[in-house]
Amino acid sequence: MMPILDRRRALGAGLLFGAAGMMPGLAFAAAGTARRFVFIIQRGAADGLSIVAPTGDPALAGLRGALVEPGGTRLDAMFTLHPALAGIAPLFAQGQARAYHAIASAYRDRSHFDGQNVLESGGALPYALKTGWMGRLMSLLPAAETNALALAPAVPLALRGALPVATYVPGALPAASDDLLRRVTMLYEPDRQLGPLWTEAMKTKALTGDIGGNNGRNGAQLGELAATLMNPTDGARLMMIETGGWDTHSAQKARLAAQLRGLDALIGGLKTGLGPAWTDTLVLVATEFGRTAAVNGTGGTDHGTASAALLLGGALPAGPPVVAQWPGLGAAALYQDRDLMPTQALGDIVSAALAHHYALPKARVAGLFA
Amino acid sequence: MSEQAIALNRFGLGARGDERVGSDPRGWLKAQLAGFDPAPPAIAALPPRAEIIASLGAYRELVAMLRDERKAPGAAAAAISGDAATAASARGDDTLRQSRQDVRRHYVAGVGARLTAALTTETPFAERLVHFWSNHFAVSVDKLPVVALAADYEFTAIRPNLGKRFGDMAWAAIRHPAMLVYLDQAQSIGPGSPLAQIAASRGGRRQLGLNENLAREVMELHTLGVRTGYDQADVTEFARALTGWTVAGLAGGPFERRLEQLGAPGQSVFAPALHEPGTRAIMGKSYAEAGEAQARAVLGDLAASPATAQHIAVKLARHFSADDPPPTLVARLAAAFTASGGDLPTLHRTLVDSPEVWTGAGKFKSPWEWTVSALRATGADRIAPPPDRAMGDDSRPGARAGAQGLFQQLGQPVWKPGSPAGWDDTDATWAGPGALMTRVEVAERMAGRIGDRIDARSRAAAVLPGAALSAESAQAIARADSPAQGLALLLVAPEFMRR
Repeated sequence: MMPILDRRRALGAGLLFGAAGMMPGLAFAAAGTARRFVFIIQRGAADGLSIVAPTGDPALAGLRGALVEPGGTRLDAMFTLHPALAGIAPLFAQGQARAYHAIASAYRDRSHFDGQNVLESGGALPYALKTGWMGRLMSLLPAAETNALALAPAVPLALRGALPVATYVPGALPAASDDLLRRVTMLYEPDRQLGPLWTEAMKTKALTGDIGGNNGRNGAQLGELAATLMNPTDGARLMMIETGGWDTHSAQKARLAAQLRGLDALIGGLKTGLGPAWTDTLVLVATEFGRTAAVNGTGGTDHGTASAALLLGGALPAGPPVVAQWPGLGAAALYQDRDLMPTQALGDIVSAALAHHYALPKARVAGLFA
Repeated sequence: MSEQAIALNRFGLGARGDERVGSDPRGWLKAQLAGFDPAPPAIAALPPRAEIIASLGAYRELVAMLRDERKAPGAAAAAISGDAATAASARGDDTLRQSRQDVRRHYVAGVGARLTAALTTETPFAERLVHFWSNHFAVSVDKLPVVALAADYEFTAIRPNLGKRFGDMAWAAIRHPAMLVYLDQAQSIGPGSPLAQIAASRGGRRQLGLNENLAREVMELHTLGVRTGYDQADVTEFARALTGWTVAGLAGGPFERRLEQLGAPGQSVFAPALHEPGTRAIMGKSYAEAGEAQARAVLGDLAASPATAQHIAVKLARHFSADDPPPTLVARLAAAFTASGGDLPTLHRTLVDSPEVWTGAGKFKSPWEWTVSALRATGADRIAPPPDRAMGDDSRPGARAGAQGLFQQLGQPVWKPGSPAGWDDTDATWAGPGALMTRVEVAERMAGRIGDRIDARSRAAAVLPGAALSAESAQAIARADSPAQGLALLLVAPEFMRR
């Protein structure tokens, strides 16, 4: 039992160190090496036209009917933030959140699985690249900032690359005994596949210490869990958080509102949990493609093309709350007569943000996306 | 690995230790295709579909009743005196939760029956094929009717068609009520159908129209495969051809009452009033058939397409050989598919006769595969509800009922892939650090319950016969500090993690 107590003590020490970091001098000292990046992936094609609704577009009401939310936060003359994102709405006014609209990856078809492959690989075509853009980003960063973790049972494509990545599944199984763990370490050591995976598993286990009871049951807990894993001095610096349930073919209004409440709480939990480290954190929220401009016959929307992405964090460069070259929703402006037309490449937005965040030459970061 | 070990582990579900593969592993496997029982005792003992539908109906009635109550004149007055309203609402929530549990128990029982069938079967190769096809035509228990019907879907649409043609299985799968509800087909209405015309003439506010979800996934996932030549117009045309197929009493929406006259609640029906009239043009062919014959004709052509043969061959080859399967294996399976008209037993026998499947280190097991093989190796026939909260977090919904809580914990809740593509079938999906740690934790728990009732050293030789276990693993098991620890090490040995 001793080693478990030791781990707990170690984690406690880490938290104390974090608290000391709130003193101005130490916070500065930490900032130089403590940049963090979080990618929250929305699997299933999140509806950008509802999340950041172009309420200033005269065609919206005719296309969307009852799907248009009456409330929300006005971001500028054209766009209104979904009312379920009430927690992060103030961040837009503070310059700590920004939406990018009418954006798309390089993918122009409507399969979730191909679309997610392009979103995560950063390739020009599905299955063109075997690694992900976050995985390749890690090779550009100083070693102290490459500690990567996915809140998932296995490494998602976006994080795959030359460097190892840890995964963590929030769970509540009783921990295995240290003696068994030691023997498994010996058993896996010669195995080319399992050896490296096990090394990562043991590292993560040491990091998570006492948080086994936190089940990630909802967005807030997930956000707090992510922050807990990113806070320690040897914690994760790059993280990917999986969210599903965005494929709203029917009854979209209620389903999407619930999804967005979860996302809002997730980001809230992350921000609160990170505390002063929020200043050095960049968060990307993005999906594989958007949904049809018009509502379908079942109160939902079908697979579309352009959507919206969000960037959040304590150190975004100055800019407007929404960045868009708005193509309009008039019949002639739609892509293939049905979808929002993409006018900006998601890869360009992400690489520009990463170049700023990590103070890297733009040309090097741009190479992450085909 | 020896051929006996491959037959038991790669084709089968893992050895129990009492099988007699004999000197002809291929013959042993092929005989299982003929000996397969679509309804073994554990599955035959489940309640009939009507009972499942009745529990779902009761839940929906309760929801409607509570909604009416809240709208009733008295409710407004009660709402002013907050306490009374809260109390009434809490009572309602409680009844509702119980009713939802009543629906959910069919899922729990179904998972248990699936697991018991896998643990006790004499035809493990055929059972593996059921799991493969069920995942190919995946539903996900993300909506309550699918929670209720997912087990019935596998047991009535997949299992009885294992000995038939691919097209038969596809037709049964896409018309099962679970699939019609899961992929929104139940609510799809032809814009030019008689019902939509009536609604339009009455100036109904609700828009009635197409939902192309099922049409797209049939083309992309079930038959042709993505990027094989069909386009958006083909998807929409197929969606029009499919209109009419819905579920009596479960479709929801303003036309539900009309559908109740068409069949018993919960049964799939073809409602001509919802069908888009006219000829459809799909991938260069025109379909003039009327009514339900139209979608049947389209699906028949999709199932017989060379693209489908290729798509199925790649998936089957990937499942039994490697993430990137050998082209020779794929070509042989595709040719067998086409030559036999999609005859599944022919396809499955071709697989057994393919030399490519009898080599290689094998794939990393999915959580389902690993758990089933671990339980088979320990001689279990089910997972009992944990009496001492030993298995997982007791507060998690359904954790008390055993099996499905464990699969949730391991990252692969049964019938819940979360997408119509089903669970991914590659090493990278399952071989993660978190997954390994969880398996080690579960193995220690499983082995701890068995204690010294199994000698891991002799069991290891029985489940991984013919020197399939490495000397290092055998030594680690032999040097364990207790019989239980030895068994745990067997269950997580590299050779046991793969198949």
